[in-house]
Amino acid sequence: MAVPIRVEHLNAAFGPFQALHDVTLTLPARQVTAIIGPSGCGKSTFVRCINRMHEETPGGRVWGQIYLGDEPVYGPDVDPVVIRRRVGMVFQRPTPFPTMSILENVVAGYTLLPGRPRDLESLAERSLRQAGLWDEVKDRLRDSPLNLSGGQQQRLCIARALAVEPEVILLDEPCSSLDPISTAKVEETIMELAQRYTVVLVTHNIQQATRVSQHTAFFLLGRLIEFGPTEQLFTNPANEQTEAYITGRFG
Amino acid sequence: MSQEPLAATHLPLSRWGISRRQLEGRIRRRRWADRIIRGLMVASVVVVLIPLFSLLIYVGRSGIQGLDLAFFTQLPKPVGMPGGGMANAIVGSLILVGLAAAIGVPVGVMAGVFLARSTSRLADGVRFVAQVLNGVPSIVVGLAVYGLMVVPMQTYSAWAGGVALALIMIPLVTLNTEEMVRLVPRDLNEAALALGVPAWLATLRVVVRTALPGILTGIMLALARVAGETAPLLFTALNNAFWHQGLSNPIASLPVTIYNYAISPYPEWHQKAWTGALVLVAMVLITNVLARFFGRSRYDRR
Repeated sequence: MAVPIRVEHLNAAFGPFQALHDVTLTLPARQVTAIIGPSGCGKSTFVRCINRMHEETPGGRVWGQIYLGDEPVYGPDVDPVVIRRRVGMVFQRPTPFPTMSILENVVAGYTLLPGRPRDLESLAERSLRQAGLWDEVKDRLRDSPLNLSGGQQQRLCIARALAVEPEVILLDEPCSSLDPISTAKVEETIMELAQRYTVVLVTHNIQQATRVSQHTAFFLLGRLIEFGPTEQLFTNPANEQTEAYITGRFG
Repeated sequence: MSQEPLAATHLPLSRWGISRRQLEGRIRRRRWADRIIRGLMVASVVVVLIPLFSLLIYVGRSGIQGLDLAFFTQLPKPVGMPGGGMANAIVGSLILVGLAAAIGVPVGVMAGVFLARSTSRLADGVRFVAQVLNGVPSIVVGLAVYGLMVVPMQTYSAWAGGVALALIMIPLVTLNTEEMVRLVPRDLNEAALALGVPAWLATLRVVVRTALPGILTGIMLALARVAGETAPLLFTALNNAFWHQGLSNPIASLPVTIYNYAISPYPEWHQKAWTGALVLVAMVLITNVLARFFGRSRYDRR
């Protein structure tokens, strides 16, 4: 099921601007790896390379290689659609599909594809339970997701990503538009996910990284500056720039 | 508007460098400016509504006298004979608008989705052509279709009329569809892609689906617009005093029939023209109301 993500000499660019320079690291399976760094340092670009979303951005180019377990993510024979089934993603702003009900949103990964899917109701329940949202929405599964709070919408998006049974979950600043209580609930969900999935969490919030992650990678100006166990990186950083960032001297 | 007490005394006026009297003067000026602008806006609304309502009332009053069942069920009678209706023109208009929709809606919607989703130079070209076509006077569209279809086919026909109306519909539908699809946040497309949905399905079943109410509204408004067009039909569908005789023959339509009756010297035909105008206005209004109805999405709250 959950696999480590091996990133080797990854580079990414938007047109002439190179956003990532030669990133190499391995994100361990069944753990939360936090990606931190100031705005514009390439954190989002990095996770968007893992599920091949970066190339959907106009002008987006990627070179280098990423492996899910032993299988390459980039290559002439690799279908990005297959990669995205294996690598789920949750975005900064909640993105429920407004034309669908809560239930339809959760199983959208199946109903948007041709063919008659299997038992969707129980699949939806399982995914919503995993995302910690079931008790809050079980009586209004046919309602619009737009009536949910921001935090509930975000957990709905997590449930939707889990429903397709991925191996990896990418979370791109999932709490940046949420209030503290919703943030706490989403964080709780993230920690539970790490028991089954490889979780990559981009965050602006250093405290969040220390709360939920086992490993942390610090990015600056498109380069990986330091990567290691979260506790070590925050208590005894090897690099001056890391120290400057986590002690709040910039960013 | 409630009059709040002027300039509360607790404000730190000295820090702003003005006296209490000056502040009261400013507030009084703002209130007057507010009243004047509000008055102008209400006046503008009235100016816009007067022509609309006077037109509706005038057409309604003049047309209602000739309105009977026969108008919807009978063919026109020759001059001098009482009774008769415009049933053939009503049916003809429906056929022409139906033809125009059958050609114009698929082309317009697909072109609009293409424009919204493509950044190629072809898209820029198509958008430019659509904007130019949108600005072409409808009489010119009629002449062009006359040259392209009526002359080669050696007959006026419903087909030619339908194509002329479609040519007017296509840029309206295309540009509106592009606008509506562009309004859908990019995030939704990305969210669908990230679920492992192929790009074409994400476009169709998430992006276009989300934009659908707006697209349908645009289609209905375009239909209402071409239903009232006269000029493009004059040299294409022509007219016909009888029930329609297949799509390759001239066909009657409400606007052209109204036009012919209105310029005739016979008072009883003028009455028929008014009634025809009332029916046409009613059809367009109903279409507009339906467009608003479709424009509401499934989850819209009142």
